[in-house]
Amino acid sequence: MIVGAFKNAHGGATTEHVRQIVHKPYLDEYWLSIKISLITAGAGCVLGLAFAYAVVREGTPRFLRTILTTFSGVAANFAGIPLAFAFIATLGTIGVVTTFMRDHLGFDPYEHGFTIFGQTGVELTYLYFQIPLMILVIAPALDGLRAEWREAASNLGASAWQFWRYVGIPVLLPSILGAFILLFGNSFSAYATAYGIAANGIALVPITIGFYYSGNVLSDPHLAQALAFGMFVVLAVMMILYVPLQRRSARWMR
Amino acid sequence: MRRRRLAPSAVVWLLVAAAFFLIPLLATLLFSFRSIQTNRCCTGAAYSLIVHDHQFWQTIRLSFVLSLETIAISLLLFVPTVYWVHLKLPQLRPVLGFMALVPFVVPPIILVVGLLNLYKGAPSWFYDKPYGFLATTYVILAFPYMYFALDAGFRSIDLHTLTEASQSLGASWGTTLLRVILPNIRVAALGGSFLTLAIVMGEFTIASLSTFKTFPTYIQFVNETQPYEAAALSLLSFLIVWAAMLALLLVGRGRLRPAQVAATR
Repeated sequence: MIVGAFKNAHGGATTEHVRQIVHKPYLDEYWLSIKISLITAGAGCVLGLAFAYAVVREGTPRFLRTILTTFSGVAANFAGIPLAFAFIATLGTIGVVTTFMRDHLGFDPYEHGFTIFGQTGVELTYLYFQIPLMILVIAPALDGLRAEWREAASNLGASAWQFWRYVGIPVLLPSILGAFILLFGNSFSAYATAYGIAANGIALVPITIGFYYSGNVLSDPHLAQALAFGMFVVLAVMMILYVPLQRRSARWMR
Repeated sequence: MRRRRLAPSAVVWLLVAAAFFLIPLLATLLFSFRSIQTNRCCTGAAYSLIVHDHQFWQTIRLSFVLSLETIAISLLLFVPTVYWVHLKLPQLRPVLGFMALVPFVVPPIILVVGLLNLYKGAPSWFYDKPYGFLATTYVILAFPYMYFALDAGFRSIDLHTLTEASQSLGASWGTTLLRVILPNIRVAALGGSFLTLAIVMGEFTIASLSTFKTFPTYIQFVNETQPYEAAALSLLSFLIVWAAMLALLLVGRGRLRPAQVAATR
């Protein structure tokens, strides 16, 4: 693939395609892909952390945790075309929630600029596998946050905010950053889900690669290879950042 | 002492989580009961159309056979490899661990571009047949999940003692592997297999770009023309993942770990 990215249509060596991808419109596509990944990874981290903390903290019955983590295991694996369709059935133009809002609440989200077939829709759908992944990754790290630390902090007169500011967040930070990178890569490389929702409506890098490769009028395998090479570079950078974080966050896990 | 009761903020977050996760599923269920004539609830027409569609059976059968093939190849390749590495070459374990991270950097959309190119000159019985090209690609895709499952399995048993005991009783390598080691890592092997099943049954990217007609590409095909049937199929697909994950939990008797998250997006 890397070799192909540097070849021209006749098999000779060229940097033409790789030079092409750092220019418009491909640069915009990378930017959109990265933007969506950053947004869904950020929102996924925050919400996943909140949900996971709600079940891990003391006082919450144990069975709720089992339900949430089991469900997360399923939801994190439920992606692609079926997931895309589940969201279209929910929030599409004739989706169940859309028609309910239109008929019973007198509010039509489609008249207020919302559409599932665009960036917001794709982001919302991605969260359905991003949040569960965050829950699965972060729950063991939250277990590592020992109850004794909290008690020690409050014995020393620390408020809840001070506990999080000086103990909780610093201990969790490597895990959260690691999870963020994982979620970023997860969303950056997603193809099927975006394709199922808005194949023609959103210009993401994987979608364009798909178009160039699937024998359409646009077919240009070398450009597709160059685009894939670009994705590979982004993900490789993420991986290089991820490995040391992973090592650091393992320190507090039991 | 801290309070032992359910904290109010936890209740709020749990309700938000339940709403976010359950509404799309319920909506899909209601959607699948709508009638194509009236666009209203409730009829089972979508379901009966599916069961009578021979393409449905054809594609789901293909996907299922493919996943069995992928599981068989993966176990044949990786069980002896991981065994040998644990027994004789422990210094290679980090290398295998690193290789298992590679699919994170090379997701399906990149993998398929590379492999279609690589195998372009391959004979057509391999390149044009799902049981050749697609299965090989899925073995690569399933490698991390299989590897992490097997690695954990091998770490939890005393490999050296088992091997030595078996050999001093006169067993060959094959007998040792099949009758001593395999029963001991059965749970890990089953865990990896169920994950592989979930991956292959849901994989769309590679199947679609290499123009094979598997179950996920069939859902997409239906999706374009018959919305209510597509809703029913989406639910079915969700149930398949549920079944695989429940089976995984039952054999594993434990919690899901991050390594058990399959990549089919």
